[in-house]
Amino acid sequence: MANKIRVATTSLAGCFGCHMSFLDIDERMLQLAEVVEFDRSPITDIEHCTNCDIGLIEGGVCNSENVHVLREFRNNCKILVAVGACAINGGLPAMRNHIPLEECLNEAYLDGIGVENPKIPSDIELPLLLNQVHPIHEIVKIDYYLPGCPPSADVFWKFLTDLIEGREPSLPYELVHYD
Amino acid sequence: MKQFIQGIIDNNQYQATHLLQILRQIQSHYHYIPEDAIGQLASLLSIPRTQIIGVVEFYSFFHLSPRGQYELLISDSITDHMLGSKDLLAYLAGKLGVAVGEVSADGLVSLDKTSCTGMCDQGPAGLVNGHALTHLDRAACDKIAELVKQQKPLEQWPGELFQVDDNILKSGLLLNQPLEQGAALRTVFRRGIKETLAEINQSGLRGRGGAGFKTASKWQFCAEEAETQRYVVCNADEGEPGTFKDRVLLNTYADQVFEGMTVCAAIIGAKQGFVYLRGEYLHLYDKLQNMLAQRRQNGLLGNDILGEGLDFDIEICLGAGAYICGEESALIESLEGKAGIPRNRPPYPVTQGYLGKPTVVNNVETFMAAAAIAVNGGDWFARIGTEKSNGSKILSISGDCARPGIYEYPFGTTIQTILNDCGAENVQGVQVGGPSGTFISNQEFGRKLAFEDLATGGSFIIFNTSRNILDMVHNFAHFFAHESCGFCTPCRVGTSLLQKQLDKIVEGHGSAGDVVALEELCQLVKNYSHCGLGQTAANPILTTLERYPDLYQNKLKEISYEPGFDLDAALETARRMANRDDAGAHLAQIEVNEHE
Amino acid sequence: MSKTITIDGKIIPFEDGQTIMDAAMAAGVYIPHLCHQPEFTPHGSCKLCTVNVNGRNCSACTFPALEGQDILNETEELIEDRKKITQMLFVEGNHFCPSCEKTGNCQLQAVAYHLNMLDNHFPLFYPDREVDASHAEVMIDHNRCIFCTLCVRASHEKDGKDVFAISGRGIHKHLIVNAKSGLLKDTDIDASDQAVHICPTGALLVKRTGYQVPIGERIYDHKQIDQVALAASGSRPVAALPPSMAVGTENIKHGE
Ligand SMILES: Cc1cc2nc3c(=O)[nH]c(=O)nc-3n(C[C@H](O)[C@H](O)[C@H](O)COP(=O)(O)O)c2cc1C
Ligand code: SF4
Ligand code: SF4
Ligand code: FES
Repeated sequence: MANKIRVATTSLAGCFGCHMSFLDIDERMLQLAEVVEFDRSPITDIEHCTNCDIGLIEGGVCNSENVHVLREFRNNCKILVAVGACAINGGLPAMRNHIPLEECLNEAYLDGIGVENPKIPSDIELPLLLNQVHPIHEIVKIDYYLPGCPPSADVFWKFLTDLIEGREPSLPYELVHYD
Repeated sequence: MKQFIQGIIDNNQYQATHLLQILRQIQSHYHYIPEDAIGQLASLLSIPRTQIIGVVEFYSFFHLSPRGQYELLISDSITDHMLGSKDLLAYLAGKLGVAVGEVSADGLVSLDKTSCTGMCDQGPAGLVNGHALTHLDRAACDKIAELVKQQKPLEQWPGELFQVDDNILKSGLLLNQPLEQGAALRTVFRRGIKETLAEINQSGLRGRGGAGFKTASKWQFCAEEAETQRYVVCNADEGEPGTFKDRVLLNTYADQVFEGMTVCAAIIGAKQGFVYLRGEYLHLYDKLQNMLAQRRQNGLLGNDILGEGLDFDIEICLGAGAYICGEESALIESLEGKAGIPRNRPPYPVTQGYLGKPTVVNNVETFMAAAAIAVNGGDWFARIGTEKSNGSKILSISGDCARPGIYEYPFGTTIQTILNDCGAENVQGVQVGGPSGTFISNQEFGRKLAFEDLATGGSFIIFNTSRNILDMVHNFAHFFAHESCGFCTPCRVGTSLLQKQLDKIVEGHGSAGDVVALEELCQLVKNYSHCGLGQTAANPILTTLERYPDLYQNKLKEISYEPGFDLDAALETARRMANRDDAGAHLAQIEVNEHE
Repeated sequence: MSKTITIDGKIIPFEDGQTIMDAAMAAGVYIPHLCHQPEFTPHGSCKLCTVNVNGRNCSACTFPALEGQDILNETEELIEDRKKITQMLFVEGNHFCPSCEKTGNCQLQAVAYHLNMLDNHFPLFYPDREVDASHAEVMIDHNRCIFCTLCVRASHEKDGKDVFAISGRGIHKHLIVNAKSGLLKDTDIDASDQAVHICPTGALLVKRTGYQVPIGERIYDHKQIDQVALAASGSRPVAALPPSMAVGTENIKHGE
């Protein structure tokens, strides 16, 4: 097929659980591969996405790098999709939002139990943490949301086939879950 | 402490309905509500301690942790802002050495903002231990700081700090001819009760508190209820920013207001009346009590009034800082010693009000007008005004004009006439009816004061062309979020969201879709909220958005989206702790070509 | 002849003293609700049950049914706005369903599913709220409280106690308990109190009962909240529902 639909995926402050769940579409992946080609994604090793139709984002935004990646996706994907609880509401990483960042860093790097060589990492290659973890819709515009922790393989399948076949994507009751 | 509290409880006859009054005394004595007091109150009043804490945490003037021996509050009304209160607050904070919202380390003084104190014609204004401060300026702040430092008791503070003026600048139908004490009641007894109600009906008098319900109908409904124990309540909560006419009426025409309440009692058959006086008007309390005592002495209150067999008395209850208590059913809850949460309706107060009994709630001005109508007859009133709005309206005028104060106009007067009278120049627009009312632009000054055109409870705030309308909207949005009682979801969460969304736009983080999102949210809050507060909370945004769409649009960036918070600032802690300041340690607020 | 109202064109009988909600439920018509439970004094605070009565929005759970009412319930606009109100409840608290024992049994979540809520729409508040695990058998996770006051009413009306109350104003509203320490362990609550079991969300939980029913086999994993609510209120059987509301239970059982 000449013009395959280009899909990019990434995980920000997430656990790759959504990606694993996506892979759970199992043999349907072959069907998908006929019409879809993967751009930047953990399954391709492409470093930057370009000219994509669909971007699937797992995870919330917890640091500066997440912001850059999210913006790259927004700039290069026609349709941007928030995938999973963390992308939609910050999820478990956002549970740190109630603890001031200073306390988090102190405990992790300076005075926590078992810390050796107490020092806050300062390598300029490292992304800096934001004060709070944010859902991705607070940083860029999001077109669709796939809730679930993770969304089931059927959710991915339903959503992508809807899009590919030119339907407005929708999730029936049995596919809507937040857990 | 035990004895002190026991004394208060004795004075209040162990009545849980007096909880607010009891807590006011405790707060004023200890500058907070101590834990031990809560326990003691719970057992003496036989109510769960949770009810007491619920009340303490509801009202702005009660605190669970100590405030300063001198509790200073500065009015956060837009009118006070326009008079420079923001600078003054910062100045005062510096002078006192205490941050806004904090208590000084020695516990001597605390400083905070408070919702409009009803001194818009003589601001910047504030409160110290509940007593109104007016005409504040730097010199006054210096004086206050000095007095606090010397720990001078309030009674020894110079009187000019507390000087409250009436500023009646234009009198009309009501203000021109105050009644002689007892005149209305004598006429009622001479003419007959039914006949008097007919006169009030004939007058077409509609409620002056804002909603404009026909007063005679309200009284009639109440009188027709089967339940014979009935109540009269005068709503003197006057919390709408920019309104202060009830303050003046109660200062100078209180006798006539009490008389109106007594006329109402005669008509509906009530034995007990209440004046719900906003806490900010504490300075009126003693004067009003004296007036009541005098009326009792003159046989105009108490048993067998004027020898006509009418028994009726009036009690004054002070509020404790909650705008929502102006809403009649919230007011009744508050009178019952509870948090001011509006009730579900039906039933309406006329059928089930105070303690579940039929209750008439009217505005101060309504009672004053009713008394005048009782004497002068319905036609006297009805011949003034417009077809649907009879009589006159007393306005509280403030903001950008040479002569702020009290003005009385026949209904039907144009806005332009009013602006001319009070010396307003280069006017950009007027907020009619306070934050919950309507903003009108200078294209609309031909519009009229009337229920069928511009209805108002009396607030009339003028903005000249030097003012930024969005500052006003911003102030009002924060006011509503602060005053939402929190009972219902759309208002509790919605007013906070409105505030956030407006802040986002005003602070320049708004992008293409943000105004649409704002408007959508406005509609949601307006259409789904439980009471008038939520239903009108979006009015400042909606009415200005309608008139000045560009004002909002110009704040938006030419981009599709922007975060509602400052991204780079969100990295500050990490930057500091990692001791970095390289390019990678910063974030641009919006996309600046990521692919270099 | 009994009195009637119409809801979405359907004629529904009612008796004097019934609210619109009572009449609707009795006739097998579901109106979304969270702060309402048939056995309790109506509260009218969540506003999810808002219906349009002769052109005016009213809370179905508190508004009396009256002859001549033409009521709209399932309009696109009402459904959309109810979804937004639900989203408000989500962003105001901290609802991390994956880590909540109530997931699948939670009415807040179930209403959201029913309304096909896929996102939060609004910015999240991430309020700082506590967990009170002081009591041996019952815990409060304030992060999940939606201030429906069902526990307050249950404790007062059914248990004859006053363990709970809502305190604070506006967005600072919070649940408090009747103890000097402010802790649940010092109240007279008992794990068998109705108040403990009435909570629509995971804010009140009985300890050591977690995950006895596995995720995927919980109440709303199999049935939509409309069916559950109507069945619980003893109204007409689900089969009597119009087709649009009776979602294929078959599919649901096979899903997940
Ligand atoms: C949030 C809110 C605040 C109100 N504040 C006042 C007030 O301060 N004074 C007042 O008279 N009416 C106020 N009202 C209107 C009252 O609910 C009620 O309609 C009025 O007191 C009836 O008196 P009237 O018929 O004489 O106007 C308020 C209403 C709302 C919704
Ligand atoms: S609209 Fe606002 S003030 Fe009125 S009941 Fe609802 S939360 Fe309270
Ligand atoms: S704890 Fe549960 S039942 Fe109680 S008010 Fe909160 S959400 Fe409602
Ligand atoms: S169910 Fe009616 S308002 Fe909550």
